[in-house]
Amino acid sequence: MSQRRALKIGLEIAVPLAILAAWQAYTVHLDSSKFPRLSTILVEFRDMWLFSQFGTHVVPSLERIGLGLAIAVVVGIGLGIPIGLSRWARLWTMPHIEFWRAMPPPALLPITVILLHSIGNTQKVAFIAFFCLFPILLNTIDGVRSIDPTLLETARSYNIPQHERIRRLVLPAASPQIAAGMRTSVSLAVITMVLAEYFSSTNGVGYVLLISKNTFQFTPMWAAIVLIGVLGYVLNVLFLFAERRVLAWHRGWRASQA
Amino acid sequence: MASTEVAGTLPATRERRRGRGVEPVVFVLSILSALVFWELISRTGVISQRDLPAASTSFNELWSMLQTSHFWWSFADTVRGWFLGLTIAAVLAIPIGILLGSSELASSAFHIPIEFLRPIPSAALIPVLFLTIGTNLRSEVFLAAFGAFWPLLVQTIYGVKDVDPVALETARSFGVGRFERFWRIKLPSAAPYIATGLRISSTVALILAFTAELFMGTPGLGQLVNYAQSYGLETQLYALALATGFLGLAIHLGFSAIEKRALRWHPSQRVVGT
Repeated sequence: MSQRRALKIGLEIAVPLAILAAWQAYTVHLDSSKFPRLSTILVEFRDMWLFSQFGTHVVPSLERIGLGLAIAVVVGIGLGIPIGLSRWARLWTMPHIEFWRAMPPPALLPITVILLHSIGNTQKVAFIAFFCLFPILLNTIDGVRSIDPTLLETARSYNIPQHERIRRLVLPAASPQIAAGMRTSVSLAVITMVLAEYFSSTNGVGYVLLISKNTFQFTPMWAAIVLIGVLGYVLNVLFLFAERRVLAWHRGWRASQA
Repeated sequence: MASTEVAGTLPATRERRRGRGVEPVVFVLSILSALVFWELISRTGVISQRDLPAASTSFNELWSMLQTSHFWWSFADTVRGWFLGLTIAAVLAIPIGILLGSSELASSAFHIPIEFLRPIPSAALIPVLFLTIGTNLRSEVFLAAFGAFWPLLVQTIYGVKDVDPVALETARSFGVGRFERFWRIKLPSAAPYIATGLRISSTVALILAFTAELFMGTPGLGQLVNYAQSYGLETQLYALALATGFLGLAIHLGFSAIEKRALRWHPSQRVVGT
C-alpha cells in the first residue's frame, strides 16, 4: 500500500515536470519566434514581473480585482439575504437576475464605457464588480433558502430581533455557500480584468497583452499569459486557504455529523 | 432528519398553493416595471438618451435588426462557433474525465496540471491565436473549446469518482463485466455531474466565442458589436447586447432543463420544498 502511495506522489510530481520538459523540447525543436522556448519565456517572466514591471502593471490589475470583488461581495450578500428570506423579493428579482447572469460579459464592455464615460478604473472596477456579483448573489440566495425553516421559526418565536437573527443565524448558516460563490467570483474577476484591460486601458496585465500583440512581441506576450495563469492559480489557492480558516467550524461540524 | 423534512413540507405546500396564480403575474409585472424604469430614466434625461437610449428605442432597433439577413448570418456564426467549441470540448473532456476519474493513479498524476490550467482565463490566449491561427473560425472554435473543456473535465472526474463503491463491488461479485459495469453503473451515476458540467461549459463556450468575435474580428455577433462601437452606433450596441443576452439566456435555460432531467432520479431532487 505504501509502495502505491509512493508511486502516486512520484507521479504527481513527475507528470507536471514531464509536461514542462515536453514543452521545452517541442519549442526547441520548433524553433519559431511565435512559440519561444519555455526557458526564454521564463527568463522574460523573471525580467518583467520579478519585479521591474510589477508595480506599473500587476499592482493596478490587482487593485481592480480587489476593489471589484469587494463591491461584489458587499452588494451580493447585502441583496442576497433579503431576497433569500422573502418569497416576494425572489418573485420580483429572479427574472432580472436570471437574465443578467446569462449575459456574456464582453457584450457589455462597450456599454460600460459609454454609460460611465470612463475607460479608467471606474469602468474596469464596475465591469468586474457587476459580473462577479452574480455567483455571490445566487449562492447567498440559495444558502439562505436552504436554512432549516425550524431554526428560523424558533429564533422568531424567541423574539430575537431581525438584525440579530441575520447576524447570528442566517449569515453563518449561509456562509459555506456564500464562500462557494465567492470562489467562482475570484476566477471570474481575473477573467473580467483581462477582458476589460484588453478592451481599453493604459496599464495592467491585459494592457501588456494587448501592446505585445500589437507590436508582435511574442516573448513578453507569453510571459504575460504565464503571469495571468499564475495570478489565477495563486488567487484561487489564497482563497481556499482563507476559506478553510474562516469556515473551520463548518468542517468540524460536518465531520462530527459523518 | 425526518422531522425537518416534515416541518419544511407544510409551509412549502401551503405557499405553493397560495402562490400558483400570482407567480406569472408578478413575473410579467416585474419585467414591465423594469422596462418602464429604463424608459423613464432615459426619457427624463437622468441618463442622457445618447448614453442610454430608451427601452423602446433599443427594442425598436433590435426589431429592425431582426429583419436583416446580415444579423441572422452573424447570429448563425456565433451559434456555430459556440456549438463546435462545446462539441469538441465534450468529445474530449468526457472520455478523458472518465479515464482520469476511474484510475486513482491517473487522477493524481494529472492533478497538478489540471489545477493549474483550469483557472487560466482562456481570454489571455486571444493574442496568441490572433497572431498564429489568425482571424477565422478555427481560432474562435479553439478558444471556445479550450474554455469549455476544463469545467466539463473536472465535473466528469468528480462524477466518476463519486460512484457508489458498494454498487460497483456488488456488480463485480455478481460477475458483471467491466463494460457492463461502466454502462450500467458508472455512467448513469456520473451523468448528473456531467450535465452540470455541460451547463457551465455551454455558457463559457458562448462567452469565449463572442469574445473571439469582439477582439479578433471573426464573423458573428461580437464582430457586429465591434463595428457598432467603432462607428459610434450606441443604439445598435444596446440592441446587440439584448440579442446576445437573450441567446445566453436561451442556452442557460436549455442546459438547465437538461441538467434537471439528468438529475431527476437523484436524491437531491427528491427533497420536498426545495
